[in-house]
Amino acid sequence: MMATSRKIMPDDEPGEIEALLPWYAAGTLDARDAHRVEDALARDPGLARQFAVIQDEYAETIHLNESLGAPSGLAMQKLFAAIDAEPVRKLAAAPAPGWSERFGNFFARLSPRTLAWSASVGAVLLLLQAGIIGRIMMEQTGGTFGTASYQEAPAPKMPAQEAAPPPAAAPAARMRHSAAPRTTTTRSLAPPRDAVLFVRFKPDARIVDVTALLARYQAAVVGGSGDLFRIRLAGRTDAEASSVLARLQKESIVAMAVPAQ
Amino acid sequence: MSATQAIADDVLLARIARGDRLAMQVLYGRHHVRVFRFGLRLVRNEQLAEDLISEVFLDVWRQAGKFEGRSAVSTWILAITRFKALSAMRRRQDAELDDETAAAIEDTSDDPEVAVQKKDKGQALRRCLTALSAEHREIVDLVYYHEKSVEEVARIVGIPENTVKTRLFYARKKLAELLKAAGIERGWP
Repeated sequence: MMATSRKIMPDDEPGEIEALLPWYAAGTLDARDAHRVEDALARDPGLARQFAVIQDEYAETIHLNESLGAPSGLAMQKLFAAIDAEPVRKLAAAPAPGWSERFGNFFARLSPRTLAWSASVGAVLLLLQAGIIGRIMMEQTGGTFGTASYQEAPAPKMPAQEAAPPPAAAPAARMRHSAAPRTTTTRSLAPPRDAVLFVRFKPDARIVDVTALLARYQAAVVGGSGDLFRIRLAGRTDAEASSVLARLQKESIVAMAVPAQ
Repeated sequence: MSATQAIADDVLLARIARGDRLAMQVLYGRHHVRVFRFGLRLVRNEQLAEDLISEVFLDVWRQAGKFEGRSAVSTWILAITRFKALSAMRRRQDAELDDETAAAIEDTSDDPEVAVQKKDKGQALRRCLTALSAEHREIVDLVYYHEKSVEEVARIVGIPENTVKTRLFYARKKLAELLKAAGIERGWP
């Protein structure tokens, strides 16, 4: 049976399983090899005898090493004296944190109470802003009400149309009415769409400078990804945004500013 | 395993690479005894083995950033230890190894004291383990004491895995010869 683990090996060479016995004794074989060794041990008494010898070697090697004791504390003192004498380690240059990370860090540093107060103040300001805009719109339109859809102005009344048409003529009248040229129209009452831009700030720009810039332009960050921010210019239409865009592009902390589509 | 020990060696090494002395102390505490014993078994000189420890861990401090995680940190540290130990042995022009091996082989006297020692098979085995060549000692220690797999031993010693297996086999045969010379038969080979 022993021959099964040695028969194909030249003289004086260990068999495949035989060579693995020390690792099996130490428990460092993978499951597959461990299983192969177990099978061979169960079948081969010669291999089992050798394994008993190996277990003695294993135990005595541990005994021998454990009897060697431990080093003195001087070794550690020497090591840390040497480490102290080493030149100050220059840390690998970590990439500068992106804007999103710095924004996140800025808010993460605020206490929950501060955040709650800031959110409340922001909400009140938004309501106030909505109220002001609403009042301005009401004043401009003289207090009339309309939907946000495209509306046709009432056409001047014609004498022939004063009387209600006979039922049979009604569809034709409706067709004629709809085919009439739209000479007067009103504008939608929906507030003009705020201009939206994409802005990338320079990596060395400080949070305080960015905040000041946003306030100066009455802009608010409404989205973005990575270091590219989507900002809305309150109260400015796309048409007005071109001059703002030109000014923004000249700002020292702005790396790029483009209109958002 | 405590919460502190749960910090993996490779995490400690990453912190060491950033200059974290505390991480260095933890890693040192975890491995210095094994480094000392592995080194001492190779160089056979306690002072030299203690010197090795600071050399090895200073290398760990300096090279931590270059560790790529291809092996366990303990395997990497033992490989450094082996390299340092062999360098120290070369510097010392060590000649005592052969003397000790010869002494072990020739130890066949029948004086009563030795006869009593021979009855203690374990003690005789340890004496013969000490008498193995440095090449054989290191492989026996790495497998049995440091519990390294075939692959890890191959990495530490820098030889193919099949050579690791045959080298240990021959180390064991040499051990059997030394024991036989000391009058102890174990039934193998």
